[in-house]
Amino acid sequence: MYPIIRKKVLNETTTLMEVEAPLVARKARPGQFIIFRIDEEGERVPLTIAGYDREKGTVTIIFQKVGYTTEKLDTLQEGDSLQDFVGPLGEPSATEGIHRAAVIGGGLGVAIAYPQAKALHDAGAEVDLIVGFRNEHLIILQEELQAACTNLIIMTDDGSNGNKGFVTQALEKQIRDGREYDTVIAIGPLPMMKAVSEMTRPLKIRTIVSMNPIMIDGTGMCGGCRLTVGGETKFACVDGPDFDGHLVDFDEAMARGRMFRPEEARAREKHTCRLTGEAR
Amino acid sequence: MPNLSLVKNPMPEQEPAVRARNFQEVALGYTAEMAVNEADRCLHCKNSPCVSGCPVNVPIPDFIAKIREGDIIGAYHLIRSQNALPAICGRVCPQESQCESKCVRGIKGEPVAIGRLERFAADTAMAEGAAAAEKKPACGKRAAVIGSGPAGLTCAGELAKAGWDVTIYEALHTAGGVLMYGIPEFRLPKALVSREIEGLKSLGVKIVTNAVAGKAFTVDELLEEGNDAVFIGSGAGLPNFQKIPGESLCGVYSANEFLTRLNLMKAYTFPEHDTPVKIGSRVAVIGGGNVAMDAARCAKRLGAEVTIVYRRSEKEMPARAEEVHHAREEGIIFWMLTAPTAIEGDENGFVKSMKCIEMELGEPDERGRRRPVPIAGSEFELPVETVIVAIGNSPNPLIKKTTPDLPTEKWGGIQADASGRTGKKHVYAGGDAVTGAATVILAMGAGKKAAAAILEDHPN
Repeated sequence: MYPIIRKKVLNETTTLMEVEAPLVARKARPGQFIIFRIDEEGERVPLTIAGYDREKGTVTIIFQKVGYTTEKLDTLQEGDSLQDFVGPLGEPSATEGIHRAAVIGGGLGVAIAYPQAKALHDAGAEVDLIVGFRNEHLIILQEELQAACTNLIIMTDDGSNGNKGFVTQALEKQIRDGREYDTVIAIGPLPMMKAVSEMTRPLKIRTIVSMNPIMIDGTGMCGGCRLTVGGETKFACVDGPDFDGHLVDFDEAMARGRMFRPEEARAREKHTCRLTGEAR
Repeated sequence: MPNLSLVKNPMPEQEPAVRARNFQEVALGYTAEMAVNEADRCLHCKNSPCVSGCPVNVPIPDFIAKIREGDIIGAYHLIRSQNALPAICGRVCPQESQCESKCVRGIKGEPVAIGRLERFAADTAMAEGAAAAEKKPACGKRAAVIGSGPAGLTCAGELAKAGWDVTIYEALHTAGGVLMYGIPEFRLPKALVSREIEGLKSLGVKIVTNAVAGKAFTVDELLEEGNDAVFIGSGAGLPNFQKIPGESLCGVYSANEFLTRLNLMKAYTFPEHDTPVKIGSRVAVIGGGNVAMDAARCAKRLGAEVTIVYRRSEKEMPARAEEVHHAREEGIIFWMLTAPTAIEGDENGFVKSMKCIEMELGEPDERGRRRPVPIAGSEFELPVETVIVAIGNSPNPLIKKTTPDLPTEKWGGIQADASGRTGKKHVYAGGDAVTGAATVILAMGAGKKAAAAILEDHPN
């Protein structure tokens, strides 16, 4: 069992948990992920590692309540335990050769972009961190983000923080204003990563995206996480999760992401009824 | 006077029409009366040809004699002396190409039902709570075993019996490897696998789940941490695809994914268990091995009309005869000499059909199997909503990647000699990780041989 030693609600949909998992903490690196299972009946769900403390033997995850299992995870409290917590899985993000980077995080992607930006910043790279939220109340990790980059640009969809627009627009503006990047790293919803990749393609700026498809084992066994990258089939769990954004077939990835949507809805119905005890 | 019947005592089974709708075990097992009657068919040949057909040398005529005497527990202990997992082998071993293929009774009529008798002895002993295998006192030696499938479990059991301190590292959340995630409940009940694993634990074997070799730790670290030997039994887990258009459509599964959802994650009980499986009313399974049969029979139990598409003829099918027979009985449709060429999708990216071409058999290939050749102009379209690809697996590269001085084959397999010794000192390997996808019993045989090599190389 893997005890939850800290829980922090970051905003109405996003929660941070620090979980005791010494075997994972020992080797974890930015860009890698874990798979957790809440209980014996639970499904295996991948989450990117948001942080780790090798000495304490803990791993931090940040998740958004987007589905049945993440809703259920959010009901757990400090002192509760997860049934399973395995990792670190996937390849760590590459930091070599990156000197001037724009790291883009959208939505929950912000939580994943944070450790990557920090790793680059710690390695001496100049990092512009561009993150986006729907409104100012949803802004998370502001202090941490500030400390992990050279420039922090926070965008909101509704402009409630005084900076209206999407992360792609902010990136476009940065480039138009003469900022030069050797690498753009985009992490977040598929349409956002696709848009960033399309924008940087004609500019020939190396663009790395972090893919988070449906998977079961996370070790290469099920092949459920397969993607087409540069015309070849790749497994996000062992070949990724980071890929060249100019080579990823995003449309296919988006279609595959919709495969279990009706089943997800069914599971959520069950969840509602378990929580409220009401008959449906 | 032995029982001279030319045929085996038939195995009681669930009726095909009934079992095609449930996940409970198909074969129900002999009664004591049937077992003794079948045991009576054994001629107790002096040279025991059957034993030579067994990868782990079970003393077959001796255990059968015990069953005839009514000493079932005695029979179990004789099997257990050579075979760590008898209840499993009695169910999933390809006896027809091993022990039973050598049985003298098989020359005229059917061989003795060795597998069914093994299962009877194991099930009876389990039900009666037979004592664990004997174990030597602790010798102070330590081993790490990577992977808790049949190879790893067997190796661990043998070393533990010799007094070693053994820890198994398993990547998934449940021990058992392919016995848990691959082989379906109706062929190998998971409660039974768990009980066999509990038996190993009672020998002192420790099992660490959620521990991915090559990620959380490396082989070298296991050696540095004081293990005298490391056995790699990580299996062949990476699914192969055909590389035909449309394999990334929604509704295309590797057999691994489909079976893992059902067996390990219990998706057939969704939403009781949280993992879903999505299946259309018409399913095509590509391949002709045991995994293809398992996938097809699972799909059938979920209510689909299932077609197996195989590019050679039935004669070349690698699946066990019994599996093919069971699949047919359950109403699986077989399209032999047929190869898929493309999978077609609808506007939402879901499978709507599979394009196929008919084949004929040409010249034998390097393995002696006649090569299938497409027949020009024979293309046709099979309407299906789900496609399951069961054309084999390759070894997982995680260990190879992180153990640079471990010699491997071009196709990814670990190089090991017949005794399981690899090119790296104190490191042994066996099972599918070495041979590529094969059978449970061959993996067990390899685990057993490697344990013998480990004991020989590390004398007290």
